[in-house]
Amino acid sequence: MKAVETEVRNKAKELLEKGEVDLFIGYGKATIPLKSRPIFIAKDSAEEGPDDLVWDSFCSNNLAAYLQKYFENQPNRRKKRETPYPKIGMMAKGCDMRSVVALVKENQVIRENMVILGLPCTGMIDRRKVLEALEGQEVTEYRETEKGLEVTTRDGKSHSFDREEYLQPACKECRFPVPEGTDFMMPGDGRKPGDGGYARIKEFEQKSSDEKWEYFKTEMSKCIRCNACRQACPTCWCKECFADHTDLKWIGVGTDLSDTMIFQIIRIFHQAGRCVECDACYNACPMGIDLRTYTKKIVKDTQELFDFIPDFNTESTPPLSTFSEQDTDGFITDPEEH
Amino acid sequence: MEKTESWQPKIVAFLCNWCSYAGADLAGVSRLQYGPNVRIIRVPCSARINPQFIIKALQNGADGVLVSGCHPGDCHYISGNLVARRKFALTKKFMEYFGIEPERVQFSWVSASEGGRFAALMNRVIDDVKKVGPATKLVKEL
Repeated sequence: MKAVETEVRNKAKELLEKGEVDLFIGYGKATIPLKSRPIFIAKDSAEEGPDDLVWDSFCSNNLAAYLQKYFENQPNRRKKRETPYPKIGMMAKGCDMRSVVALVKENQVIRENMVILGLPCTGMIDRRKVLEALEGQEVTEYRETEKGLEVTTRDGKSHSFDREEYLQPACKECRFPVPEGTDFMMPGDGRKPGDGGYARIKEFEQKSSDEKWEYFKTEMSKCIRCNACRQACPTCWCKECFADHTDLKWIGVGTDLSDTMIFQIIRIFHQAGRCVECDACYNACPMGIDLRTYTKKIVKDTQELFDFIPDFNTESTPPLSTFSEQDTDGFITDPEEH
Repeated sequence: MEKTESWQPKIVAFLCNWCSYAGADLAGVSRLQYGPNVRIIRVPCSARINPQFIIKALQNGADGVLVSGCHPGDCHYISGNLVARRKFALTKKFMEYFGIEPERVQFSWVSASEGGRFAALMNRVIDDVKKVGPATKLVKEL
């Protein structure tokens, strides 16, 4: 991974110095251990900026979430911009690239203005799982090894973690670890593609309505409505979210559980045909709500009903903006049959 | 609300202006009997239905929701109901997945000439909702 990191730094420096991009978005070292943060390198810091770029097993943010605002038209301005759209360079794993493609299809990002460095992803380590295994001890140092992770805690003891075991659940299930259609591809091998993880959804579907509802209720009662899931999601790009509407108040301001539930139901429903299963919402959630069970369901349904996966194909039409005469009628209530 | 002897379900029906609403009209003009539990909301097309309407209806005290539009191929706006059908298929599955009984949210097609079908549909939905009882999930407690 160190070799890839150097490669990314050199490439980013080259792009910025040549003026091929105005801004480079990548991962940087976070202020707390076992995490990374997004960094934005502007043209005027082309000299030293790229040296802050990092590529390790904690780069789990979806960087596509920051793209849309660079391409939007300012409100109350003429549609035609005085300044051209910026050129943006970005590091992209499989999931980031799929989000970029989804945004390009919805005309939120201009692909010609993007320079994408593809990173073959070997999966990201789940920080929560590691911290849980350490039972609250403070991490002072960590380094990645061949097998996984070496962590030193405050009391000087070192712990080692097996990579495969402590991988994020989304990465284990990931079907597209290696991005396609990028401008530059970094060397190395990606993970073997996973199975998509539909089995656990099928299992959950078998439960009775009341069991499902109980689970939904316990999960949603943890929600503090901080909207971190919405902000972290690259395909949640509405300028005005339905949850923020005040003229037609969809979501009450109180603490009623039903309002929280409606927020989550609609937020996830809006990801139909867009969700790339990156688990950015799940990772952003400070309360650890099991959003994965619900986001995956919408992905599974879109695939089963409309045979659509948000992959690297920029030509396909998003499933809910089109239709087919052969679509299922199986859910329709027919009073004449009994 | 508790399920007592006198309990009657409240059902919100979203009907499209061109077919289902006219179908309801025909059922009325033809003096066909169906339960009085239905509150009809007329919408321009079934594609006007946002899944948020359905969820909001359940939150604000409806025991069941019915959405009905023109038969596929008969839409006044050519393809409104076909676009809506994709949304509805997903909505139906997703509502079941988080634990709402499938009987509570129903979708159907009724044309302007099908007064009989409309009355039968209403009775069918009322029966279904009576079976599952008053809505308790997703209801906002005031």
